[in-house]
Formats: sequence, structure tokens, C-alpha cells
Amino acid sequence: MFTELNSILNATPDSFTQGEFILVSDRQSDASFLIHHFLSFYLRARCKVCFLGLVQSFSHYSAISQRLGVSLTQAREKGQLIFLEGLKESLSILIPQETTTGSQAMDFLRDPTVGLQRLYEFVRSSVSSGGGGEEGMEEWGPPVLLVDDVSVLLSLGVSAGAVLDFSHYCRATVCSQLQGNIVMLVRCHGEEAEDDGSDEGSEWLLKGLTHQCSLTLHVQGLPTGYCRDIHGQVEVCWRRRRGDGQHTQKKLFQYKVHDKGASFFAPGTSSAVL
Amino acid sequence: MAAPVSSVGKPSAERPPFNSTSFQKKTRSKLISIPGTRPSVQNGQLLVSTGVTSLDYLLGGGLAVGTVLLIEEDRFDSYSRMILKYFLAEGVVCRHELFVASAQDNPDDILQELPAPILDDVAIHKPVEQPRLSCEPQDNLDAMKIAWRYQNLPKVQSALASSSRFGHYYDVSKTMEPEIRQAAKCHRFYLPEHPTQSSTTHSRMIESYSALLKSLQEVIHREGFDLSTPMSMSRNILRVGLHSLGSALWNDDLSCHDDPMHSHALTTFLYGLRALLRSSLSVAVVTVPSYLIQDRALMGNITRLCDNAIALESFKGSERETNPLYKDYHGLLHVRQVPHLNCLASQLPDHKDLAFKLKRKQFSIERLHLPPDLSETVSRVSRGELAGAAAVVSACGSGTSGNKHLDF
Repeated sequence: MFTELNSILNATPDSFTQGEFILVSDRQSDASFLIHHFLSFYLRARCKVCFLGLVQSFSHYSAISQRLGVSLTQAREKGQLIFLEGLKESLSILIPQETTTGSQAMDFLRDPTVGLQRLYEFVRSSVSSGGGGEEGMEEWGPPVLLVDDVSVLLSLGVSAGAVLDFSHYCRATVCSQLQGNIVMLVRCHGEEAEDDGSDEGSEWLLKGLTHQCSLTLHVQGLPTGYCRDIHGQVEVCWRRRRGDGQHTQKKLFQYKVHDKGASFFAPGTSSAVL
Repeated sequence: MAAPVSSVGKPSAERPPFNSTSFQKKTRSKLISIPGTRPSVQNGQLLVSTGVTSLDYLLGGGLAVGTVLLIEEDRFDSYSRMILKYFLAEGVVCRHELFVASAQDNPDDILQELPAPILDDVAIHKPVEQPRLSCEPQDNLDAMKIAWRYQNLPKVQSALASSSRFGHYYDVSKTMEPEIRQAAKCHRFYLPEHPTQSSTTHSRMIESYSALLKSLQEVIHREGFDLSTPMSMSRNILRVGLHSLGSALWNDDLSCHDDPMHSHALTTFLYGLRALLRSSLSVAVVTVPSYLIQDRALMGNITRLCDNAIALESFKGSERETNPLYKDYHGLLHVRQVPHLNCLASQLPDHKDLAFKLKRKQFSIERLHLPPDLSETVSRVSRGELAGAAAVVSACGSGTSGNKHLDF
């Protein structure tokens, strides 16, 4: 959890807006540090978290979260965190074996044209399970879905339309029905003006998801070039949907990632410069 | 660090029972040390040497076990093949096991061309300039009076080398002795020798990649590199070298068509490779002929699915070969991606403009540095002649544009 980012977003683990769809995107940069922030933030806020870790192993997230002060293994044991380890589940599908174990969530690898229904069913069962019942179970807060990251689904052959359908279904279930939050990471590359023309461009996916979301954090490199002390810039854009009409508010920050967190500052006020 | 064997040391409370990947935080219990590896100073990752000490320095000390290094080949596949051979030769010297896969050349031919290691300690080339000069007292230099802000900047260091001797040096004019080479265990995968199975593919991967992934998994299981199986004897590292994936010889049409039919075959394979490596004690080097792939977005996807990525651009055959500015180097090296594993920050390189040179005893990667032009007749090279101008750091500043007749 990065305290400066909390103050930028006006959110604390005790009070944060519910029903939000937060989109983290990057262009020729790496925005996964924000996913670690949101993971530790929502775990601290005692929410029930469903994490689709499609690109890294569980111990990677666990090691980083430990530096941020949250233990993923404990959360998993207590039932607060449901973790889908995409890499491990995918091996049994990519290399066909006689016995198929594990959940069928990564079934789209078999035939990506089918779509992400199984993945959605996995999400739905994890966020809505454990409502009442057992006495020993603790009550968790609203459910949160974190996806790291969505663009790898495009690399594996799923069409952008299927990914948009999946995010729409998740939003209907998690945000509208259960008043939870969703955080998704989308990675783009290249210049914005590139016209793909085809249906499966990541630009198209980014535009579609930006339209669906309520808060975007867009991470980019510095427009003036590579710098070792300032790792890039973050553009935070609020798209308020409720209340009076829709007005967007944008803020720009520069950031630097350290070992135990990230610091955000107004452009030009980096400690390396001042 | 490698996953500790359960019989060694006391089980620490924080070690989870079902954790079976190769990324582990460094725990207090005693771990079996594997020859040829060392822990990273930044985050405790287990590192192996790529065989090229300058490349180790660029990648943050070495190649982490469980990761993939992607090398975008240069046009004639000469230097990328050289780095692959260095990688395999380092495995032989460190007694690791090798897995070589190729569709073009027989893996035995590749293994016969490995460079000979320089095992004599005395002859090891000392790093020329230690990057520590800025700490020395500047008593022989006058304190700068006008440009005092530059006083604390380090002197320009060209050669990239770390001071510890983690990797080895190789003599490329000689090939490795057969006795040394046969001491190492090598597994081979030569695509023409594998009959194409007519079974339906289970995913978007094409048959050749499926067969390769299956064969790699079998080797990992059989030889005990899998982290989930507890082994009583000492553990070793498997070095995987995959040559020229994505080329037409692998039955992949990525490099042939603008709109390939199997556009997701290589990316699906790389995803499966990442899954295999994360759960075993192995490290992979993959070379891809990226100059044949027209789709930049696809190349971006491929890069993101690998952990480390570098691109080589050799001067052979281009007009830069005779350019006097580049006469000391054989090509440019671009670092496309450096991963952050088990920690938030990655070790980004200091400089992005790097050039390499293949010398007889060393493959050196240096910062591309142009000394200031102090000749009497100022001869400015125009921007147009220096292709890739962004890569060139001119001491005179990079703000001037266009007008080359402006002489001061």
C-alpha cells in the first residue's frame, strides 16, 4: 500500500468508494507495481479478494506483499484471498495429460475462440461463496476482483471482444450486484496513433475498458526520455458516473519505485532534481 | 533461492507447504548451494551466469533461475548464436545440464562449436576500469570552479564489468575439448527427427512447439529439476537453449506472413515455457529472428512473455560498418526489458546506448561513448549519417537540430 497514492485517490483501507471499476494501463512501461498496491490495500481493508494472477507465480506476489506488510499465505489460509495461479493451471492444459486436475478456469487455452466463460464462472463462484454458514468463518467486506493482466489473454489467442464481454460480466456481478470493486491491468505497446484495423488489437481493448471503468491510472515513460531517477508518469483520471452528469478530472504525477513502495510527486519536483 | 529440501535445516514457520516455484525469499534455513550459482544481492534470487560477464552485469548480476532471456537475433544470426554458445559453454564449465533445441542445425553441431574456456586463473582478463573512480580522492585534479556541478559525476566508464569472478571467459578461436564437453549431460531436441504427430493440437500451439514443450517437461521430470519433487541428492540447474524460435523451420509462419495463421503459437508456447521454468530449477535462452517479424505489436507481446530481453544489431553488411564512429564495435545492443522478480523495483541499466564487440577472449558490451571532437577543423557529422541518432550521446549536447553548417 503506497500512502501517497492513497492520498491522491482519497482512499483509506477504512473508507473507499465501492462499486468502482479501476483500470490500470501502461504503455511501454510496467504498471504492475500498482497491482501490488491495490492487492495489499484491499487485503488490509478486509475485503474478500479474488486475484487472477495470470503472469507470475504465487511466490512472486507473496514476496512483494510481504515487503508491503501483508501476508498472502495467511490470507489464503483464512479464506480472504482466492488466488488463481494461471501459470500452474495452464501446464496441465498445454501439455495434455491423462488426469486433468485443478479448476477449469484456464480452459480457454484449449480453444480460445470459445471465450472466457469458465474464467467468469470461477470468478463468480469465488466472490459469492461463503456468504453465511459456518461459525468459525470471519466476515469479510465487499468482494474485490484483481486481474493481472488482461493483455496476456490477447497473447494467448482470446479475442478482444471476448475479453470485453468477460469484463462486462464481471462488472455486472462484482460492481453492481455485490457492490465490490474491480482492478484490471492492461498493457499496451507502441504509439497511440497506431491503427490496428483488426479486431484483436490491444488498443481496441484499452478503449473499450476505459469506457467501462470509473477510474483510470495510465502509466507511461517520461516524454523526454529515459531517466534512472524518475521511472515515469502516472495520469489519474476520474470518470464520475453518479450524481450530476459526468465530469472527468485528470491529474498527472511522476513516480519512482523503490524497494518497499513507490513515491508520487508533482512533475518536476523529484528529489533527484530539487 | 532454490527451494530447500525438507531434510535440510529446520523448517521455518513462514515457508508455505504448497509453494513450489523457484522464486523463494531467502530464508534462514540452510540451503544446498548449487555450483555455478550465486544469490543476488538485491533480492536473494538465485542467479546463474550467461557466460558473458558484461551481459551478467547488464541483467543485474546474472540470469535468475526460472526466467527466460530473449535475444532478438541480428541479421545473420552470428552474434546471437555466439551468445547462445557462451551460455551453453558456461553450463558445461559449471557442470549444469543442457537442453538444446533447434530446427535448423543439429544440436550436436552447435555443441561441437562451443568456445574453449580459459581456465587458467592468471590469464583471466582483469577489468580495465573499475567503476569506482569517483570514490577516489580527487587530489590530483583541480577542484572545478566553474562547472562544479559536474565534479561529483563519475568519470566515463566504458567497459562494463563487475569485480567478482562469477562467470568465466572463453577463447573463441578454439573449440572446447571433447573431454570437457562430454562430461556434461546434454539433452537434444532436433525438430526433423521428431515425427509430426497427426493428433489434434490441444491449444493454439502448433505441433512443433507442443512437442518441444512436452519433451522439455519430460526432461525436467525425469532428471529431477522439478521443485515439487523432493530429492535427496544434490540439485542441479538445467540450461535450456532454444535456437531461432519463430522461424519458418519450426513450421511457424510468423516470419513469413504479415497476417499469420498461427499468430498465437509462439506466444502460447512462451507462456507454457514460463510456467515450466517457474516451477523448476532451469533457465532458458531463446533466440528469435525479430527482424523477420513485421508486426511490432506481436514482438511486444513476445517480449512481455519473456523476462529479460535484449536485441542485437550488428553492423555487418550495413553502411555503418565503415563509419569511423563505430570502428571499435561490432554492433549495438539494446536492452528491451529487465524483469522485477520478487521485488517492486527492477535493476534498470544506467545507460541505454550500448555497443558490443566480440574480441577473442571476451564479448564486451560497452557504453557507446563519443569523445568530444577537439580537432582544429571542426567536422560535424550530420544527423542523417548517424542512423539511430537517439542512441548516440554526443558530448556537445543533443539539442542542436538540422543545420549542420552552424559551427562555433
